[in-house]
Amino acid sequence: MKHSFYGGVHPHDCKAASCQEAIAPLSKPPAQVVIPMAMHLGAPCKPIVQVGDQVTVGQKIGEIAGLGAPIHASVSGKVTAVEPRPYVGGGKVMSVVIENDLQDTFGSELTPHPDYSGLSVDELVNIVKEAGITGMGGAGFPTHVKISSGIGKVDTLIVNAAECEPYITADHRLMLEDGERIIGGLKILMKTFGLTTSVIGVEENKRDAIEHLLALAANEPGIEVLSLRTRYPQGAEKQLIQRVTGREVPPGGLPAHVGCAVFNAGTTAAVYDAVVKGIPVTSRVLTVTGGAIARPKNLLVPFGTSFQQLIDEAGGFKEDPIRVLSGGPMMGIAQYDLSVCTIKGTNSILCLTAKEAAEVVENPACIRCGRCVNVCPMHLTPVYMHLYAEKKQWDEAERLNLMDCIECGSCNYICPARVPLVQSFRTAKFEIRSLAAKRKAAAEAKEAKA
Amino acid sequence: MEEKKLFTVASSPHICSPVATRNLMLDVLIALAPALCFAVYFFGPRALLLTAVSVLGCEFFEWGYRKLLHKPAAGGDLSAAVTGVLLAFVCPVTLPYWMVLLGDFFAIVVVKQLFGGLGQNFLNPALAGRAFLMLCYPVAMTTWVLPGVDSWAGIVSAANAVTGATPLGADLMHKGLLPDASLMDMFVGNIGGCVGEISALALLAGGIYLLVRGVIRPYVPVSFLAAVAVLTLIFPKGGNGNFEWMMYNVLGGGLMLGAFFMATDYVTSPVTNKGEIFFGIGCGLLTVFIRYFGGYPEGVSYAILIMNVCVWTLDKVGRPSRYGLTAEAKQAKKEGTKS
Repeated sequence: MKHSFYGGVHPHDCKAASCQEAIAPLSKPPAQVVIPMAMHLGAPCKPIVQVGDQVTVGQKIGEIAGLGAPIHASVSGKVTAVEPRPYVGGGKVMSVVIENDLQDTFGSELTPHPDYSGLSVDELVNIVKEAGITGMGGAGFPTHVKISSGIGKVDTLIVNAAECEPYITADHRLMLEDGERIIGGLKILMKTFGLTTSVIGVEENKRDAIEHLLALAANEPGIEVLSLRTRYPQGAEKQLIQRVTGREVPPGGLPAHVGCAVFNAGTTAAVYDAVVKGIPVTSRVLTVTGGAIARPKNLLVPFGTSFQQLIDEAGGFKEDPIRVLSGGPMMGIAQYDLSVCTIKGTNSILCLTAKEAAEVVENPACIRCGRCVNVCPMHLTPVYMHLYAEKKQWDEAERLNLMDCIECGSCNYICPARVPLVQSFRTAKFEIRSLAAKRKAAAEAKEAKA
Repeated sequence: MEEKKLFTVASSPHICSPVATRNLMLDVLIALAPALCFAVYFFGPRALLLTAVSVLGCEFFEWGYRKLLHKPAAGGDLSAAVTGVLLAFVCPVTLPYWMVLLGDFFAIVVVKQLFGGLGQNFLNPALAGRAFLMLCYPVAMTTWVLPGVDSWAGIVSAANAVTGATPLGADLMHKGLLPDASLMDMFVGNIGGCVGEISALALLAGGIYLLVRGVIRPYVPVSFLAAVAVLTLIFPKGGNGNFEWMMYNVLGGGLMLGAFFMATDYVTSPVTNKGEIFFGIGCGLLTVFIRYFGGYPEGVSYAILIMNVCVWTLDKVGRPSRYGLTAEAKQAKKEGTKS
């Protein structure tokens, strides 16, 4: 059955610059890594090492404090500082700074299970948890929580290898060079969920990756490789579920509500490493690209490497960048300081030139062309939402289901007047949330009085 | 400490589509070019001159207003030029230049800028300008020349023009008389009428260009034309054949110009697909009602103006259904609002 999601946009994919570049390790290991204790959605971890401690690659240095996943050292060496450092998500976050002794001494509490058939579901989930695996697509939801909350409810397992953001080729290269790990991880996840079938969704602009995965999956019953139309945001969780199953995740709901669980390709490979090889997640593949970069590359990078070093690794700037992003051009976060370091969700460092980046228009005039309504994959009316948000009419904006917005940026991309719609919706979401909290507190106070 | 280079930050997305407002307006102007060529061919160079005066007038009034009130310049978005062409297109070729300039003033300053400029007006400026001129100078606005008669003579003053009836005059419509022109003449534009309205062929070509380029969506023009076609097909007047009557109605008057260029005006039409369909149907119904029962000879412009003021409501009605709302959830919500 063929389904598709409503709307979406088709920006130039700009992937040619780096899609032929094989994944390479760093030519010079980082002399120092800065590992933030917030690499995932949820509460930041609690550092469990002190200045002066000697750590090994894979040693746990951050313990879960609430919703989260543990954090491990990505290099071996001495802890030189535990202090707040600049963070890719903005502001400063408590980080563990490790000076690399270049010995790459490995030491982990995990044990390899080349034959995992004897492991119970709980044991498997625990390995995923202890390996510190989080969603590698960007949002960084702790994977063990996703699995344990989905067991019993999920009937469709989907691997998100759409990579619909322009420029990024990290997952593309991973599929081509490490497809076996993705398939291997997927088999583990299928066993955990007790499923016999699963789907890998890849956008059709990565034909070679689709063919490679098809060849690998030929001997694996139950694994289907699905070629998806190249249309942003094909890789957004809700839209991917809709494309594969035709189901729509209800407002405020999770994929498990419609019987689906979606894992990024990189996450799946990390599951394989953790279970079969006993290696916690301490590095990832990311793309350093953009018009300002001299030699775009796909690199295997230990967490905590600075943006500056990775940009140097890719030949530095050949042109002055107007913007440096962590992530893709549609949803990436702009950085002001190159001393920030990579985290589990950093799939790309994108350096855009003034020519590539969106123009900033002073006093944009909406012409009500309705393109934003036509491209919104969440069936929203951005033009009216913006009208209310601009006038701080938060209740009216919320009534237009503003909270359903996934901030994919399609409306903003297509807007001929260049109205900063997503920015306006982010502000509105924040205001709506704090308004709700304020009202709740007021209602509770009233109740307490009565 | 060494001075560190810092980069500017901004909210995502960081790229934008190459299509900006100016490109869209330019496409509309390109799409109007064939109709202008036909107008010059049938009515002579005065058609071109009248259009040029109207364009310059609109751009001047827009620039002057913003300058005078110390507002940021419109930035060459060409929207005033589109209004200028459209207003000239719905005037007779014999209209004195100063009258069209008066219409431009009303359209740009009163209808558009006084409400806040581009994107803020709730009436189509060109049609509102025409309605204003109709009100002030009904005779000049309904004096049409026959094609081919007037060429260079009327360039300066329009006194020598030979006038004739438009194919869709009030008498003809009310009594159900068909005009003298053949259907082929009606299609090509070899008929009396306003500057840019006469050639259905040229307007259709322009409309298809806009659809192919994705500048307009098909919902409004298709539902507008369909509503007129269906209604006139079912209820012909004066004992004419159903199909023949329908064809004269579809090809005549300002319907093609209205359906493809006026009713699709971004600012004054709905943004939701359902809203657009309702809007188009409403325009079509009102057009036929005015043609059949109204006092004015032509219904299209008033039909669109009336529908313009319904846009906000139509968009509320046409809002897309919420993503992920199951049939049961919808039912529960319905019952919730009832109780």
